[in-house]
Amino acid sequence: MFWTVTQSLLNGLATTFQIFIMTLVFALPLGLIFAFASMSKWKPLRFLMQIIVWVVRGTPLMLQLIIIFYGPGLWLGQNIWSGGESGRLTATVVAFAFNYACYFSVIFRGGIESVPAGQREAGEVLGMTRSQIFFKVTLLQMIKRVVPPMSNEIITLVKDTSLARIIAAYELTFAGYSFMKSDGLTWPLFYTGVFYLLFVGILTLLFNYIERKLDYFK
Amino acid sequence: MAILEVKNIEKHFGSTKVLEDVSFSLEEGNALAIIGSSGSGKTTLLRCLNFLEMPDKGSITVRGETLFDASAPAAEWEKNLRKKRLHFGMVFQSFNLFPQYTALENVTLAEKLLAQERPDFKQNKKEIYDEIDKHGLELLAQMGLSERTGHYPHQLSGGQQQRVAIARALALKPDILCFDEPTSALDPELTGEVLKVIRGLAEQKTTMIIVTHEMAFARDVADQIIFMDEGVIVEQGAPKDVIDNPKEERTKQFLTRYTQG
Repeated sequence: MFWTVTQSLLNGLATTFQIFIMTLVFALPLGLIFAFASMSKWKPLRFLMQIIVWVVRGTPLMLQLIIIFYGPGLWLGQNIWSGGESGRLTATVVAFAFNYACYFSVIFRGGIESVPAGQREAGEVLGMTRSQIFFKVTLLQMIKRVVPPMSNEIITLVKDTSLARIIAAYELTFAGYSFMKSDGLTWPLFYTGVFYLLFVGILTLLFNYIERKLDYFK
Repeated sequence: MAILEVKNIEKHFGSTKVLEDVSFSLEEGNALAIIGSSGSGKTTLLRCLNFLEMPDKGSITVRGETLFDASAPAAEWEKNLRKKRLHFGMVFQSFNLFPQYTALENVTLAEKLLAQERPDFKQNKKEIYDEIDKHGLELLAQMGLSERTGHYPHQLSGGQQQRVAIARALALKPDILCFDEPTSALDPELTGEVLKVIRGLAEQKTTMIIVTHEMAFARDVADQIIFMDEGVIVEQGAPKDVIDNPKEERTKQFLTRYTQG
């Protein structure tokens, strides 16, 4: 039984991992774009970003996931998500990436704004372009500042992936829970917890490593 | 002909007038010191020259080329703003070194980025970078920092950081080097090393504009002094006139306060 459960949980972990990685792949750059939009000189764009962030942060991720997965089918009369597991995963990643991009954007904005104006000015008087100033001067200083809050969000993301169960995506928690439903076993639930702990443990080590790597400047 | 001509500069921040009808010129190889109390507009004037602020009125001309003219359409003077800035170097009060780069990298970064625009950059990348590094090392040596080229800013004292900042400003060979209270953020025992470097630059006939509170230093180093108060130039001329024999009442009051310490 132990091996059956392990195998099942490993399958679930693979899905969890996919959701996790794909969410980051999209949410990190999208979050940066949102951060710039929220600092735009053009008021309507800033206002729009504020509304989006308010709505996304103000409603449960689970609710957003349900709406994104079932909404198109109900409103358009046809499901835009391809059937089966891959459609569920796509919908999950869309919902998660958008949601997390909003949270990231606030952290990124804080990071960018915390870099002293003198840094940008020093770049300007040295004839650098705006993108050179961002990529060569501001970015690394911003990354250093956002690593601790980002590690919080990214660790939360690991556990939020379990919400995908609501649209029947076969992720880790779903896998563990299914043994309780079918065989009345509770120990796989604790075993599932161990998987999350290991996942988060590895991430914690990774973030510690990044923080140490960026420790060479102040 | 003067290397720099500033005419009728005016600048407002909201409804506050910070600079009013500021005009002066500077000869090549001369050092100009701007003195005056806090809030007199000295720093704003320097920031206008570097286009960190845009004047509301007036013009700025370097070597006969009008870099800025408020009466021209904005699109006109905004053109090549980035290149125009290169006529001026800027040394900030708070150094503003890039913390993630070593002293040498701070000095060479902008030059390396500019070199990427050269048509022969791709073929000769290594030679070009080597040349820039060599130049950077020379500048740091000139600042007395040969032992510190691989240090990061937080590993350097304030005086050393400011000398790196001076080398960084010199790296792009600006026509005019501007100093915004270069020693005001330093502990008293560290101001000497920075002033010594600036003195050395004056001896080499570097064209400079120095906003400073160090009166004795200004008198020694500057060929020309401007005293500002409440956004206007109250008095300008040779140090022996402005500092030793001020004509205006406001200048006298200011200097009395300073010499009394």
